[in-house]
Amino acid sequence: MIVAEQKSLAEIKGLVADAKNILVVGCGTCVTVSFAGGTKEVGILASSLRMATKLDGNAKQFAEVTVQRQCEWEYIDPLAAQLDQYDLVLSLGCGIGVQALAERFPAIPIVPGLNTTFLGMPVEHGVFEERCQACGDCILGLTGGICPIARCSKQLLNGPCGGSQRGVCEIDAEIPCAWQLIYDRMIARGQLDRLLEIQPPKNWSTSRDGGPRKIVREDLRKLEDEE
Amino acid sequence: MTQISTNGYEVGSNLERVIRSGQFVVTGELGPPQGWEREAVERKAHLLKGVVDGVNLTDNQTAIVRMSSIAAGRILVEEGLEPIIQMTCRDRNRLSMQADLLGAYALGIRNILALSGDHQVFGNHPTAKNVHDIDSMQLIQMIRGLGKGVFQNGDKVVGGAMPMLIGAAANPFGDPFDFRPYRLAKKVAAGAQFIQTQLIYDMERFREYMKRVVDMGLHEKVAILAGVGPLKSSGAAKYMRDKVPGMIVGEYYVTEMENAIKGIPKEEKAARKEAWQRQGIELCIEQIQQLKETPGVAGVHIMAIEWEAAVKPIVAGAGLLPRPTFN
Repeated sequence: MIVAEQKSLAEIKGLVADAKNILVVGCGTCVTVSFAGGTKEVGILASSLRMATKLDGNAKQFAEVTVQRQCEWEYIDPLAAQLDQYDLVLSLGCGIGVQALAERFPAIPIVPGLNTTFLGMPVEHGVFEERCQACGDCILGLTGGICPIARCSKQLLNGPCGGSQRGVCEIDAEIPCAWQLIYDRMIARGQLDRLLEIQPPKNWSTSRDGGPRKIVREDLRKLEDEE
Repeated sequence: MTQISTNGYEVGSNLERVIRSGQFVVTGELGPPQGWEREAVERKAHLLKGVVDGVNLTDNQTAIVRMSSIAAGRILVEEGLEPIIQMTCRDRNRLSMQADLLGAYALGIRNILALSGDHQVFGNHPTAKNVHDIDSMQLIQMIRGLGKGVFQNGDKVVGGAMPMLIGAAANPFGDPFDFRPYRLAKKVAAGAQFIQTQLIYDMERFREYMKRVVDMGLHEKVAILAGVGPLKSSGAAKYMRDKVPGMIVGEYYVTEMENAIKGIPKEEKAARKEAWQRQGIELCIEQIQQLKETPGVAGVHIMAIEWEAAVKPIVAGAGLLPRPTFN
């Protein structure tokens, strides 16, 4: 899932400074699961902003709504009917949600209330870790199901580097060394030999380095035409 | 005298000649300045001239911006020293690295050390974007390819082959320990011709590492230069022990450094410094003597960054002067 976290109240106040009537739009999918932009967070943020702007002597109106998915037209289109009541939308969706709203409703300013941080998962309640960089050329089959592109600080394909010690990464004792994890798993599986092969340079053209990415599925397009 | 291989091919650098001659190799290190003053490089270079067989020029060491290792390496060539330029994968992609390698070769540089690079969070531009387009293993392969006149993409290098002596790093003190000799084997398979290790302050672990390396026969394929460096103070020893990732510092070294200043009052700073320096140099010489007796070790790499003046007394004290010369 996409993991996000809320921007500071100070930064959000700055983003909404020029508006009077603001619609706070949450999203019921990934950011709800990461406790950053669901119905509950929309409610808490809207009341905080009401109080804060009132205390500043510049009270603003904040209305609240949460859609099932900010990243699909069918879920955001119904917002059209009520948008003319507001002069700004504060999105608590991920970066995709913010852009979807901005694209669908170009006349009204849309600002982000979250920082979209990574593709990951909750490893325990309240702890989220990155797992995938969406590089477009998955190598998990070679690395014991542990991604060095997302989880090694240097994205090594032939790790570990000399900074791996006692199982943690040189940059932070809280970050497990991905290559230690890979090594341990391969040893447990009796597949050390797989780590002895030199992995060639990665083809980054399938990643963001190849420019913004797009997938066109003609098979699906065709189906829609037939319907 | 053992005939040591440099993994197959000839470059013609002084470092390669010393390795092939089977004599105990000595390399040093020079940190380029955080500025543009050529004299800063020359000053340090003169302290190392005739004392070592090759000098590493660090590449934005610890992710702090410094004069380029290639530019500093060229200054060494002009001053009559043998440069070993370091190249990390942190700051450049494969295009930029190959461009710089072409330039380095054109400037007379023949030795290179391929590294992953310290992470930029440690340095003075922690908000920078890092690159890591390729890793150190792939960099070794790429330099080897250029040595045969082929770019990483398979295109031919105009002018043909540009062989450079390829070095790589090894850290016997990193984990997982059991995998470290295998990773060295991968670097040798990739094309590494000499190895410089992390600073050794745990001789027992290093000997165990070397035992495994020798059992795998790697010492016959690559010249392994053991990393040593004089400690500056007991505080420095403790700092490396507790704070520097990828290092192990044995209690022996901390205690010996503490003993060095016993009886010297705290306020006598100059006397303490002198005592520490003397002890640091002594310990380093002692280590070199131990390393000479360690099977598979082809030489030492002395890292005395910002204390280049220590290298000559160390090399002399270890009985390694004069250095070999070739016609």
